[in-house]
Amino acid sequence: MTAQTLYDKLWQQHVVREEEDGTALLYIDRHLVHEVTSPQAFEGLRLAGRTPWRVGSVLAVADHNVPTVDRDQGIADPISRLQVETLDRNCAAFGITEFAMTDPRAGIVHVIGPEQGATLPGMTVVCGDSHTSTHGAFAALAFGIGTSEVEHVLATQCLVAKKSLTMQVIVDGVLPRGVTAKDLALAVIGEIGTAGGTGYAIEFAGDAISALSMEGRMTLCNMAIEAGARAGMVAVDETTIDYLKGRPYAPQGPLWERAVVQWRQLVSDRGARFDHVVRLDAARIKPQVTWGTSPEMVASVDGRVPDPAKEADPVKREGMERALRYMGLSANAPISGIAVDKVFIGSCTNSRIEDLRAAAAVVRGKRVAEGIKLALVVPGSGLVKRQAEAEGLDRVFVAAGFEWRQPGCSMCLAMNADRLETGERCASTSNRNFEGRQGPGGRTHLVSPAMAAAAAIAGHFVDVREWCGE
Amino acid sequence: MMEAFTTLDGLVAPLDRANVDTDAIIPKQFLKSIQRSGFGPNLFDEWRYLDHGEPGMDPATRVVNPDFVLNQPRYQGARILLARENFGCGSSREHAPWALADSGFRAIIAPSFADIFYNNCLKNGLLPIVLGASQVEELFQAAGREPGYRLVVDLAQQVVQTPEGERLGFAIDPFRKYCLLNGFDDIGLTLRHVADIKQFEEKRREAMPWLF
Repeated sequence: MTAQTLYDKLWQQHVVREEEDGTALLYIDRHLVHEVTSPQAFEGLRLAGRTPWRVGSVLAVADHNVPTVDRDQGIADPISRLQVETLDRNCAAFGITEFAMTDPRAGIVHVIGPEQGATLPGMTVVCGDSHTSTHGAFAALAFGIGTSEVEHVLATQCLVAKKSLTMQVIVDGVLPRGVTAKDLALAVIGEIGTAGGTGYAIEFAGDAISALSMEGRMTLCNMAIEAGARAGMVAVDETTIDYLKGRPYAPQGPLWERAVVQWRQLVSDRGARFDHVVRLDAARIKPQVTWGTSPEMVASVDGRVPDPAKEADPVKREGMERALRYMGLSANAPISGIAVDKVFIGSCTNSRIEDLRAAAAVVRGKRVAEGIKLALVVPGSGLVKRQAEAEGLDRVFVAAGFEWRQPGCSMCLAMNADRLETGERCASTSNRNFEGRQGPGGRTHLVSPAMAAAAAIAGHFVDVREWCGE
Repeated sequence: MMEAFTTLDGLVAPLDRANVDTDAIIPKQFLKSIQRSGFGPNLFDEWRYLDHGEPGMDPATRVVNPDFVLNQPRYQGARILLARENFGCGSSREHAPWALADSGFRAIIAPSFADIFYNNCLKNGLLPIVLGASQVEELFQAAGREPGYRLVVDLAQQVVQTPEGERLGFAIDPFRKYCLLNGFDDIGLTLRHVADIKQFEEKRREAMPWLF
């Protein structure tokens, strides 16, 4: 048999039927649902007189609209409230499991799936959310879908799809101290561009990837979509299996043993052919900071804002000039000189326990700089929050002047009350620095949790590697 | 059923920037709607208006940004959007094609699209057309130069025809083309294979019971 990539295996194992032109009906194992992209899908089902194919495959949670303070008082914004209540009603009507807003297991959909063991190796995982790529960290084929496809999966347990091309991103060596999976993700995007992965499923491999924790792998796969790839993935190894053992939705006892045997096959075979291979040296990666309005507009913390005048491509040059105007930055300005107004630590990219530990390690015993208007820590789930509190991280943050909030998507996309005002500049651990993403006119710089924490303390970007030895 | 797409003779509006993301196409505050329609007035909200938009505002009371290209009188009624690389990147929100379709657009021409957005368009009778970078550049020049510039899109022939008679071929997946030409949505088509799905599911349940 020819050597297969991990993606080939995952694809093949889910093909229900395939047409001659390669169009396949792909079986979906896990369907995660949130309040923003599902109401019209449920409505579509209802109008067609259909019911969900397999409610046991669906796990729902409201995360985008939920407030991060005073949750016991409900949602103040009536439109947000209606959307969350609509999810509650739809789940109740169709018998779908939903973690209610006040359930300690609730949180960001891409945090709770893995945390519950609801994301397992070998699964197809979909959600009406582009950051579904996160779940590929478990050697699952996971990708975001639109609302029509949410309805399609609810009705048929399948999707109509065509096979992607495959890209292998090999990261050799060891990430230096103070350089994290987030920096790696941004460096990859800087290398291949925000459209570099379009049409591809990316597998991350190499020593630096094997050395990452599951949290780090999730951060990396989460950002695959920012490189244009719908799916990112990492092969199964001991780290994967150790993470899953004992989680509520993971198999137990003899089934666990059986599952593990199968999961160990979920690696790319030696000699498997990828359509495209990219190689990076981990040792050369530095802490990254985005300077523009697309994640590919990124520089090392010791670098400078690039000069559009040096860009030959007119469309790119125009894009850079527009980005610098929007961001209020000048060409050639040192990155470390950029002062921030707000700091956001959270999002499906960086709100897991390891992220909070990394940030807390930087702020411990220090104070948020004068002039920082708001420094927020928003854990990814109620369980992450509980774990962090058990470790005393909440007290570290609060003592330093951070606000310790309840879980949700929060200021990553500002659908709730947490947002930037026009012109405000934010060091953010989220995934998108698009215009207006964190609030109209807001200016986002994407960084790792440690870098965001350091920016909060210093009041401007600093090279967190210089703080690591302290 | 979605609206079928066969041929389109439409006014072209050029949006000359790369990496237009779905946050820009329809900002997050409008995603709170539980409806599928009504997003048109908020298409490109932050570029199109000078004031800040919130759901429920009357578009007639908004402060229009005269500099935004789609607000120019010459592009009113456009059915074809001309765009640059990586159009529709970012969030998977289907509200983006809903907002475009609600504003009257039936086709988008660009050198490349983000995957999820491309897929979402096809589910809504909105045809994303990939043409070569130099072809797109020529169309931008022409649309900027000639008032009332129109193109004719023929999906069956997979051709975009310019007023000068030039025929620009484009590729599209045969299954998607079939669905668009007939206005079929996928669910009904997939449900013809219920027996296959059930059989597959049973085998999977036996092999991997922990998934069920």
